[in-house]
Amino acid sequence: MNNYDAIVIGAGHNGLVNACYLARADLKTLVLERNPYIGGASVTRELYPGFSYTNCSYVCSLFRPEIFRQLELSRHGLQVIPYDGGCTFTQDGNYLATYNDHEAQRREFARFSARDAEAYDDYATDVMRHCRFIKPWLLRTPPDPVSRKAKDIKGLWQLYKDLQVLTEAQIYDTLEFYTISCGDYLNRYFESDVIKGHISNSSIIGTGLGPYSPGSAYVLLHHYMGEVDGRIGSWGVARGGMGAIANALASSFKASQGEIKTDCSVENLIVKEGKAVGVALENGDEYYADTIVSNLDVKRTFLKVVDKQHLPQDFVTQVQQFKIRGSSGKLNIALDGMPTFPALPEGSTAIRGHVNIIDSMERLERGYDDWKNGTWSKDPFVDLLIPTQTDPTMVPPGKQMMSVFVQYAPPVLNTGEWTEEDKQAFGQTVIDAIAQYSPDFKDLILHAEIRTPQDIENEAGLTQGNIFHGELTLDQLLFNRPIPGYAQYRSPIPGFYMCGSSTHPGGGVMGAPGANAAREILADKRMTV
Amino acid sequence: MINFSRSLEPNNTMVIPTPFHERSFAANRRGHWTSWAGYTIADEYTHADLEYFAVRNQCGVFDLTPMIKYHISGVDAEAYLNKLFTRDIRKIKASQVAYVLFCNESGYTLDDGTLFKFSNSEYIFCSQDRHLPWLLDSAIGFDVEIKDRTDKIAALAVQGPTSAAILKRMGLDGIENLPPFQMQSFQYQRDDLIVSRTGFTGDLGYELWIDPYLAIKLWDDLFTCGQNYGIEPFGSKALEMLRIEAGFILPHKDFLPANHVIRVNRGRTPFELGYGRLVDFDKGFFNGRQALLKAQQNGPRYQLVGLEIDGNKPAYDAWIYQNKRKNVGTITSAMWSPSCKTNIALAWLDANAKTDNLWVDIYTNKELKWHKNMVSCKVVKRPFFNPARRNAVPALDF
Ligand SMILES: Cc1cc2nc3c(=O)[nH]c(=O)nc-3n(C[C@H](O)[C@H](O)[C@H](O)COP(=O)(O)OP(=O)(O)OC[C@H]3O[C@@H](n4cnc5c(N)ncnc54)[C@H](O)[C@@H]3O)c2cc1C
Repeated sequence: MNNYDAIVIGAGHNGLVNACYLARADLKTLVLERNPYIGGASVTRELYPGFSYTNCSYVCSLFRPEIFRQLELSRHGLQVIPYDGGCTFTQDGNYLATYNDHEAQRREFARFSARDAEAYDDYATDVMRHCRFIKPWLLRTPPDPVSRKAKDIKGLWQLYKDLQVLTEAQIYDTLEFYTISCGDYLNRYFESDVIKGHISNSSIIGTGLGPYSPGSAYVLLHHYMGEVDGRIGSWGVARGGMGAIANALASSFKASQGEIKTDCSVENLIVKEGKAVGVALENGDEYYADTIVSNLDVKRTFLKVVDKQHLPQDFVTQVQQFKIRGSSGKLNIALDGMPTFPALPEGSTAIRGHVNIIDSMERLERGYDDWKNGTWSKDPFVDLLIPTQTDPTMVPPGKQMMSVFVQYAPPVLNTGEWTEEDKQAFGQTVIDAIAQYSPDFKDLILHAEIRTPQDIENEAGLTQGNIFHGELTLDQLLFNRPIPGYAQYRSPIPGFYMCGSSTHPGGGVMGAPGANAAREILADKRMTV
Repeated sequence: MINFSRSLEPNNTMVIPTPFHERSFAANRRGHWTSWAGYTIADEYTHADLEYFAVRNQCGVFDLTPMIKYHISGVDAEAYLNKLFTRDIRKIKASQVAYVLFCNESGYTLDDGTLFKFSNSEYIFCSQDRHLPWLLDSAIGFDVEIKDRTDKIAALAVQGPTSAAILKRMGLDGIENLPPFQMQSFQYQRDDLIVSRTGFTGDLGYELWIDPYLAIKLWDDLFTCGQNYGIEPFGSKALEMLRIEAGFILPHKDFLPANHVIRVNRGRTPFELGYGRLVDFDKGFFNGRQALLKAQQNGPRYQLVGLEIDGNKPAYDAWIYQNKRKNVGTITSAMWSPSCKTNIALAWLDANAKTDNLWVDIYTNKELKWHKNMVSCKVVKRPFFNPARRNAVPALDF
């Protein structure tokens, strides 16, 4: 009864993607999820009557179209809808808006700097070149540079060839791009503080880095390399919230005879004669399979679920040292109606997109200082989105839901663990900051869900609440992710694999780690999908 | 508390009207518009073919305002421009309009354009694309000021056989004596009207540059004076036909400005564009010089050519084959030329491709059924259409 061909621990979107591919290869596959609901950080929940919150992740761009197609997610009800707009409010009562139209965007930038307005083309061309470089690697297993296996040598040769299509100057630029700070990178193109502030937002989302920390330039790319319908860099909302992605995956999985059990927290990996053979749940139940896949982040996987006795010591040390600093919080707010933002002109489309209230990298960096000091940013960065303008199905007619992603908030405060008062004070800081730009906002609040990194860890199971399952810096990317020598989804224990965002190509609702891991698992079984 | 009184003018529309919009709107009976550099421009007023013939037969008026215009001034203006552009700017005289190219340090063309010289310390550079960061960075160490004047200058192209006659009737005395690639300033109301004998049509024609507050007045004067001379407005569709016949190249269509190139090698050197004569190695250092010296040594990788193609179906986006088999190039711009009654195109050929026995594959849709035709073509000299009136001085009456 409790015997399967494969067991996936965790029903995050990557676990589900992985399970879909395994089930499609006719493996009898079981997914075990700790929570009473599926999705992990890709989840929609009703916490206030009539309002669906897209609790963690809120926008979709990185999800690979190949996976969408292969798993027939359209047939299983998933729709991803692009939106336009977005803006940064400035402290002097102005705003800088985002437009899809090239010339409208240029004129918008020109209000702050004529030079920057035209430099944006150069910037966009260069970033697009980096996107083109990285994109084919999202659905490839990173080659191991110390291996002599044919497929690794082939992979490294491919990497070399990808570099060779660039000019010398571009190769230098690429190598530099992966290590320098967002601040240094943007200074090459732009002079206006507001424009740099506006663009640098994407460099700090989810990371324990400031805009002047080396490595933050790459994080920009991590937010640009996605697409909606082939438009690189654009973002969309999943109709029904990000939980719709998990639900469509679950439906696709079940259509291939897959089985999901919720309220099943895995406590232990069962290892016999050095091989993974099953899992034991908190409630004592056991399930068996010769292929076990973990969707959990690398720390949770190897420091909690796997007994150290089965692991090489240097591996354990490296897992312990893996950087997974939590830096983000989230507010989900039910609103009685649409708040107004007096800085914007009548009928502006800016409010349909991401709204930011930090208008310089300097302020962003100061917010980062608070985090280093063990407290939340007193002048917080928010990425505010009211997705119900695009998808009104999530709320009663005339109401709105506001998703507020907050940076920076530490996993542990300098005073110790987060208390209920700390959490309320954090929420109030954010609400006050937004209300500066929207006088009627506070009066419209019906309910607010406040989530600290600690809540994200406890509820969604992401260690320290790190949204990407680990920092996205070069020392933890490609063949270094999560641990050098273990970047190909296999673990030191035969039969035990990783498929979560701690693996290449990293976090975000992308599905690529799940799909790549499935390919490797099936290759070990000499099978293909 | 934040003060929301707006210190910066909001920008809340996708496209903006030009100073001529009131008039072009009234004239646009077809209702076809396009966006050029963020401005609303008539694509077709009545019918592109008819507008095209208005230019070849009488006189057409085109709203040129969106053309990018950089004003360059300062004591070092000449030295600066000599570093920026590939040709020798010192040889250009005041009141002359020069065709210029400029390259990045890899020797790839950033753009082409026209340089209007007012004096050694004052120029206006007109281009299709925007290049302010490059212009500013190249100006480090020079005493120059560079300003984008695009929306401060309204412009009309007045093109066609009767254009000189119309301008003369408008009171621009002596306009017929203005040679090609020269400009002249006329008193208009209480302001200056700059007229250059330039254009993108390959015909007799002028471009008029004026302060935007006089735009409507200028349009009205032109159409009043042109009434008996067949004056008609023309849109961007007709302009595209005219410029291909004239053999002019268009950025983003026939070549990609180097700063927009994502894939390496998609840039083009001036030699490859056929403008080697605009590269002057004798003038000292200029942007891209080293790379261009090397490029000259290595020879071009591609050649831009004009093609005459059999039949009457334009060879849009077609491949070019040697001996019907080997792929040796692609078409960038194609059309049926109403003046030459010939099927013409601009194309990139591999530099070492032989120019005989060339073929293009043209797909034609015959009542929803597609046909593939291998059609013979030959390389010809540009311009495809080059009437004597284009360069005649004094300009012929019509
Ligand atoms: C606040 C926030 C906002 C974000 N915003 C965006 C965004 O807008 N766009 C975007 O693309 N990405 C965003 N992200 C990142 C993205 O959501 C995550 O990187 C991604 O969802 C992680 O997916 P995963 O499948 O790898 O892991 P997870 O979603 O973390 O899934 C792991 C699953 O394992 C389960 N689990 C844990 N322990 C056990 C156990 N012992 N036994 C059984 N099950 C267990 C968990 O409950 C969870 O369901 C955001 C993340 C957060 C937290």
